[in-house]
Amino acid sequence: MIEAATNPSEPRRELVSFRAGDQEYCVDIMAVREIRGWTPSTTLPQSPPYVCGVINLRGAVLPIIDFNCRLGRESVTPSARHVIIVTHIGHRLVGLLVDAVSDILTVTDDAIQPTPDVACDTVRSFVRGILAIDGRMISLVALDRILPDLEAEAA
Amino acid sequence: MDPLEQIKVTFFQECQELLADLEAGLMALEAGEADGDTINAVFRAVHSVKGGAGAFGMEDLVHFAHVFETTLDDTRAGRLVADDEVIKVMLRASDMLADHVAAAQGGPAVDMARSEALAGELAALGLTPSDAGPVIEELPGLDFTPLPAFVPGDEPVPDELGFTPMRASLDLPEMPPPAGWRVQLTPGAGMYAKANDVTPLLRELERLGPCLTTLDASALPDLAAMDAEGAYLSWTVDLAADCPREQVAEAFEFVDGDCTLTIEPMGPAPAADVFPTDLEALLAEARLPMAPSSEAEVQAVIDEVVPPIPVKVAPAAAAAATAASEAGAGPAAQATIRVDLERVDRLIDLVGELVINQAMLAQRVAEAGVTRSSNVAVGLDELEQLTREIQDSVMAIRAQPVKSVFQRIPRLVREIAASTGKQVRLVTEGEGTEVDKTVIERLSDPITHMIRNAIDHGLESPAQRRESGKPEEGTVKLVALHRSGRIVIEVSDDGAGINRPRVRQIAVDKGLIDPEAGLTDDEIDNLIFLPGFSTAATVSNISGRGVGMDVVRRSIQALGGRISITSVPGKGSTFTMSLPLTLAVLDGMVVTVGEQTLVTPLTAIIETLQPKAADVRTLGPSSRVIAVRDAYVPLVDVGAVLGWRREAPDPCDGVCLLVESEGGGRAALLVDAIQGQRQVVIKSLEANYQQVPGIAAATILGDGRVALILDVDAVIALRGRTAPPPPLALAS
Amino acid sequence: MSLTVLTVDDSKTMRDMLMLALRDAGFDVVQAVDGVHGLEVLDQSSPQVIITDINMPRMDGFGFIEGVRRDSRHRGVPILVLTTESDPGKKDRARQAGATGWIVKPFTPAKLVDAIRRVAA
Repeated sequence: MIEAATNPSEPRRELVSFRAGDQEYCVDIMAVREIRGWTPSTTLPQSPPYVCGVINLRGAVLPIIDFNCRLGRESVTPSARHVIIVTHIGHRLVGLLVDAVSDILTVTDDAIQPTPDVACDTVRSFVRGILAIDGRMISLVALDRILPDLEAEAA
Repeated sequence: MDPLEQIKVTFFQECQELLADLEAGLMALEAGEADGDTINAVFRAVHSVKGGAGAFGMEDLVHFAHVFETTLDDTRAGRLVADDEVIKVMLRASDMLADHVAAAQGGPAVDMARSEALAGELAALGLTPSDAGPVIEELPGLDFTPLPAFVPGDEPVPDELGFTPMRASLDLPEMPPPAGWRVQLTPGAGMYAKANDVTPLLRELERLGPCLTTLDASALPDLAAMDAEGAYLSWTVDLAADCPREQVAEAFEFVDGDCTLTIEPMGPAPAADVFPTDLEALLAEARLPMAPSSEAEVQAVIDEVVPPIPVKVAPAAAAAATAASEAGAGPAAQATIRVDLERVDRLIDLVGELVINQAMLAQRVAEAGVTRSSNVAVGLDELEQLTREIQDSVMAIRAQPVKSVFQRIPRLVREIAASTGKQVRLVTEGEGTEVDKTVIERLSDPITHMIRNAIDHGLESPAQRRESGKPEEGTVKLVALHRSGRIVIEVSDDGAGINRPRVRQIAVDKGLIDPEAGLTDDEIDNLIFLPGFSTAATVSNISGRGVGMDVVRRSIQALGGRISITSVPGKGSTFTMSLPLTLAVLDGMVVTVGEQTLVTPLTAIIETLQPKAADVRTLGPSSRVIAVRDAYVPLVDVGAVLGWRREAPDPCDGVCLLVESEGGGRAALLVDAIQGQRQVVIKSLEANYQQVPGIAAATILGDGRVALILDVDAVIALRGRTAPPPPLALAS
Repeated sequence: MSLTVLTVDDSKTMRDMLMLALRDAGFDVVQAVDGVHGLEVLDQSSPQVIITDINMPRMDGFGFIEGVRRDSRHRGVPILVLTTESDPGKKDRARQAGATGWIVKPFTPAKLVDAIRRVAA
């Protein structure tokens, strides 16, 4: 458990941090439903490269998103070394395929720095802020755009 | 829940049924298909709504229902003739009544001005029975006050004690309050005939104050000469109570007229003569014996009406049994019980899990190398059979006729016809067609949009129709039927049909199609389903409510359904929508394509083929067909369509599934191998992900992995789009 | 020993309301949905008091009351008529058919019990 709080009396948030590719990210713990090991997924036809497929999560069909690929980096070959973070996005459940889960962070809002403006759409879509902890740069991501955008794909 | 709240829920449920009966009855009257009881049934419906509403103090609803009820009473009594004009007003009144009910339930408030105006129209109907003048139209600003005779609330309302407000009696001189009242009661034979009894009356008087009762039995004849139903006794009661005369008289409210009754003020000196008599014995003789009832008899009634339900699962059955005994008051001929929908849903989910588990068990047993003839394998087969039967039975519980969806349509048609100025007749067929609840709730929107479209765009205005030699009234037909294991809903109109040149031009203008493209008539008709398409030059108020046919199609496809349109210019158009019977379960053929396992709905498969080299031909530059008996059928490589492989495999290495698409065309789907047939539980892809082209849904197979369920029609349609590029690059 | 009341009404809402009020007042209740059914249940349950609606399908309140009175076994059972109509014509007709008394809707539980008390032995 890592705490990064500059102001002791401010409300705290808990975040789950994880590694994908060579970067670190974190998401609000409230969005995380569970963390499980990798199982082979069933491929979906005509789907974007970052959609690995779907797996059976206790009777429900769960889509798996290759997180690294979604953020514009290279896609991975999923294996037993990877981890799936099952998250809530609205009323949906979505699995994020990542390398490993690192820590649970407790932070106050002022510990979150604004995202540097790097003129990149992907960054703008997904990154909501930066955390600097122990010399590591951890991007706070928002998941609402993680699934393929129906309208954009149909265009 | 508070019991009164529960009854309110029941009331609103009952209102839905009553409103439906009301509308159906009025429509039968309109169509001339009424029988002798129809008008009574219509009256009773409004009467019952009013009764219940009164109990809950829903004043606006009661007020309107009362006016409507009065008009209906006049009609059933023959004082008002229900001609076309009258029925039209009544139909509008039934719509308004439904609005009042909805408002009482917390829905949108009723436009009281409209309600009052309509109430005025109803009242006017009764006033001018044979007047040939036109029905009073709603005139804005005219404040029509119904006659007092129709307004409830004029009657004095008895208060809690049942005490009717006293009216000042003008002919009694000012008198000091009496010390009590002397009541003399001589019952007539009629009183006993109505099962009125003196004992309760005397008891009532005793509640007002101490009584001194004397019995005059002098008129009683010998037992032999006595008529068991005759009246020979007379009572005098001295009631020492300082209460108004009306209160004493009230106790005798029911018997007044069947007896001789006098109520006199009593002076301070009480009456002297008192004859103690054995009241009980005499009353016992005068009274007819009544059959004793007992707990056992009541229980016998319940047992007879409701046969004991065998109890396996404790809580559900116990609750269902209670529900059954409550409903047991209903006529035994139609044995139904009301069950919480949640319980049925849970049951269906559990059965679904049972199916999956049974499949997994079967798989593991097979993998363990158990021979097919062994006891275990045979037992498993029986288990599968049993599971399948349970599933069918359970699904049947939830199956409902589409009637509940169809019932809202007549009113919809009336409203759209009114606001577009068209004249429309609605014909429905097949409202008894059953479909699972999961599908029924999703039918309403698509049907509504198709109907809107038919009236707004399909039907011409009365003037245009006259010019074309058509009857001014257009017909919209709504049909439901089962076909090939699916439910099919057709909405057809006898309007102008699709204006193909116009549709084509709009599609070109919006850049949706290539101006040079050669399209068949069918293809042009189906252009209206393209996103961004809207035929209305001015988007009318109704259809423009944000929904184009593309959204309708997508929502239908999300259910695993299809929609298409056929049209004949000048004659009309027909929308055909087909949906699976249930969104829960599917009979499928499990196949492999590449390394993927897919499930193809069995209902779509006509037969399977093992193609021989001689049967496979090439048509045009690169399309392949396969000979099936005397015909040639397009060959569709499923793997290529789904984007899993680029090279076309040798058909002879694989298996072909001969399928029929919704439009009636056939195709041969090429897969690698068939693994078997199985009933699978349908899992939605849209719940957590989204719609995938060519895929209807997903399921979980015996090995715990997700397998995709093919959308056969979509696969056939996709073939055009994903065909490998032709060898020659064409100028684009 | 508690009284058994037979309620006859085609409206489930009304049956439920009567059941609630009567049970609270300590009566046992049996129900029927119209006149025909009422006569059947009457045969089987022999109540001490009957409460019936007027407007019902198959057989209305008047027909039901006449049917009850025709049967010597049930002639002495008091029958209260539930009515929203304070129309004297209807009351008269009910009484001619053999009704013992009436209760005007909307009723309070107290009024209901009062009326029963006035007719039940």
